[in-house]
Amino acid sequence: MSDAPEQLYAPREPIFPKRVKGTFRSLKWWIMGLTLGVYYLAPWIRWDRGPNLPDQAILVDMANRRFFFFWIEIWPHEFYFIAGLLIMAGLGLFLFTSAAGRVWCGYTCPQTVWTDLMILVERWIEGDRNARIRLHRQKWDAEKIRKRIVKFIAWILIAVATGGAWVFYFADAPTLLMDLVTGQAHPLAYSTILVLTLTTFFFGGIAREQICIYACPWPRIQAAMMDEDTITIAYREWRGEPRGRGKKRDDLGDCIDCNACVAVCPMGIDIRDGQQMECITCGLCIDACDEMMVKVGKERGLIDYLALKDEAYERAGNQKIPVMKHLLRPRTILYTSLWTLVGVALTVAIFARPKVDVTIRPVRNPTYVTLSDGSIRNTYDVGVRNRHGEEWPYYFTLTDGSNLTVELEGSDKLVLVAPPDTEAKQRLYVVAPPGSETAKLDRSDLRIWVVDGVTGDRAHLDTVFNGKGR
Amino acid sequence: MSKKPVEKKEPETTGHEWDGIQEFNNPLPRWWVWVFYLTIVWGIWYTIAYPAWPMIKGATAGYLGFSTRAEVADEIDRFKGMNSELEAQLASADLTALEQGSDLHNYAIQSGRATFATWCSQCHGSGAAGNVGYPNLLDNDWLWGGALEDIQTTVAHGIRSEDDDDTRYSEMPAFGDDYLSDEEIAQVVAYAMSLSPETKDAADMSLVADGAVVFADNCSSCHMEDGTGDRSQGAPNLTDAIWLFGDDKDTITSIVSEGPYGVMPAWSGKLTDSQINAVSAYVHQLGGGE
Repeated sequence: MSDAPEQLYAPREPIFPKRVKGTFRSLKWWIMGLTLGVYYLAPWIRWDRGPNLPDQAILVDMANRRFFFFWIEIWPHEFYFIAGLLIMAGLGLFLFTSAAGRVWCGYTCPQTVWTDLMILVERWIEGDRNARIRLHRQKWDAEKIRKRIVKFIAWILIAVATGGAWVFYFADAPTLLMDLVTGQAHPLAYSTILVLTLTTFFFGGIAREQICIYACPWPRIQAAMMDEDTITIAYREWRGEPRGRGKKRDDLGDCIDCNACVAVCPMGIDIRDGQQMECITCGLCIDACDEMMVKVGKERGLIDYLALKDEAYERAGNQKIPVMKHLLRPRTILYTSLWTLVGVALTVAIFARPKVDVTIRPVRNPTYVTLSDGSIRNTYDVGVRNRHGEEWPYYFTLTDGSNLTVELEGSDKLVLVAPPDTEAKQRLYVVAPPGSETAKLDRSDLRIWVVDGVTGDRAHLDTVFNGKGR
Repeated sequence: MSKKPVEKKEPETTGHEWDGIQEFNNPLPRWWVWVFYLTIVWGIWYTIAYPAWPMIKGATAGYLGFSTRAEVADEIDRFKGMNSELEAQLASADLTALEQGSDLHNYAIQSGRATFATWCSQCHGSGAAGNVGYPNLLDNDWLWGGALEDIQTTVAHGIRSEDDDDTRYSEMPAFGDDYLSDEEIAQVVAYAMSLSPETKDAADMSLVADGAVVFADNCSSCHMEDGTGDRSQGAPNLTDAIWLFGDDKDTITSIVSEGPYGVMPAWSGKLTDSQINAVSAYVHQLGGGE
């Protein structure tokens, strides 16, 4: 080999994002406030469900296998609601990516939100970009050690709060907080907090953009959803070049080469090199550039949200294509329709849940039993799902005028009393009299009625009765 | 004035070129390599700490002494420990006083289900529906009694068991050997069939009257004059719809001629008291208990 071996591994180049003001920065502050606020406070919202049910609005009760969300309670067999929500989240992500590129990455991804928060704290403690660069190059003197220690302590506090908030979704928040403080909480709570503290501190504080570039699979997948109408961030090269500093600008484009866009970038790239894998389209370079353009008395939007199609169009001297023209295209319409379809289906499904939720399973080992008087008995496992916070009675009957008789194990009155928030199961016997048509037939249809003992609502269970077949 | 040309930053190449195709050099971050080395160190530690290297007589044990088998054994012991109190209560419990829905009752039923599946299902079937010659435990017909203590006695001491002096014992003679002629057997079979709602339509009515006389002389001491049987001797009720060996004429004829001799093992030496109680309670609640 003639060339000396290249460096196969490069050290990370530290990034010191500069503070910036502007439309997109404000939007990002608002979104950060909202998402963090929801995350930290949601478990503390109370919701009265009665005596035997938890009064936490959002609760994932693993031990009892229940999921509570305000007025909705989901049991494990209804997990398809969660699956549906995940499908909606996926389709929503596809929609936003095909319409506006990596907006998820730039504004709402937890990695971005927490990194933003960590950088904010860093800026309070160590100063803005230039001060931080100076501190980075400084020898390890008392000032540097002090600032680093203060920063790490602040980060750890944020990280502990993050891990701490997570566990409150899985148990009654006030009780768990007391238990955590007094050291009586389950070891799993402590270990979860520890792991999330470490990941928050490390991912948000130390690793930052490295997670997006090297660890996250989503940026690689996203490329498949983008096309030439997708709005991403771009530099109007045809307007800015040739770039250069100075007052005499006859031969120069609008770019004054101030590097403001580079200084604010949390990913450490130069957007003027074109759209790059690292770019999370957070829009901070737009804010930085617009600020400068206003200062030097030029039109805003040298760096802007643009689609690939716009380039050729604007180079030819046309006005910008309206955003709606980019947004409305078969791909986005398809994603929106699918998203709505799943959403409507889930909404209908949740409101169409039966008031009296009962199940029946014929026992098939054996299919029937001959009793001493020659009558034929079938056995069924019945279940009633009582979602109420108190005991609830359910009555079992057959269709009026049936010559069959029904018995419920453990009750003379054919009533099954289900404990609060529990599925009660019991054995039900149906007996056909000797020599009757039902006893002789191989199988016949059977309908069992279940009546809610409080509201009077009725539901029926359709099953079969197995006879002797001769 | 400083006008500088735009330098397009092209990534460096590795220097290779094949047919005009070059390879970009995008170096990985250095911390990746450290993570890689860390995984190697972890891997070495893991093979020392846990069972890993295959040797001639099995894998190395690992200094942590971890074993899935031992974990299972620990778990089983833990559950046995948790159940020991209920187990002790059940061994001496009065089964008739078990409260429906109580912990002890639930434990008895679940434990009984496991015991039944292990020791009883071979003959009585996994659903307890029995088989030819092995009674159906779901119906309301019992040879030796269907009350809890009757079932408990049957389970503990068996039926015609050679291992247990207190076993339930009775023997129906083989009437075909010397006692009855073929003609008399045909008559008494016809009579017996006429008693049961299940078989009376198939009974040969011309033989029933003579059969009644044969029955009164030979069978009524155990099966009673009206044919309803006697539980203290395990003599089946012939007037019900249930036939243990089959309800056709040939089967009933062979039973009368050769005599049945069903055996159930005595479980008192093999199962613990609590297991016997559990399986008795389980069988009793299957749908036929009295």
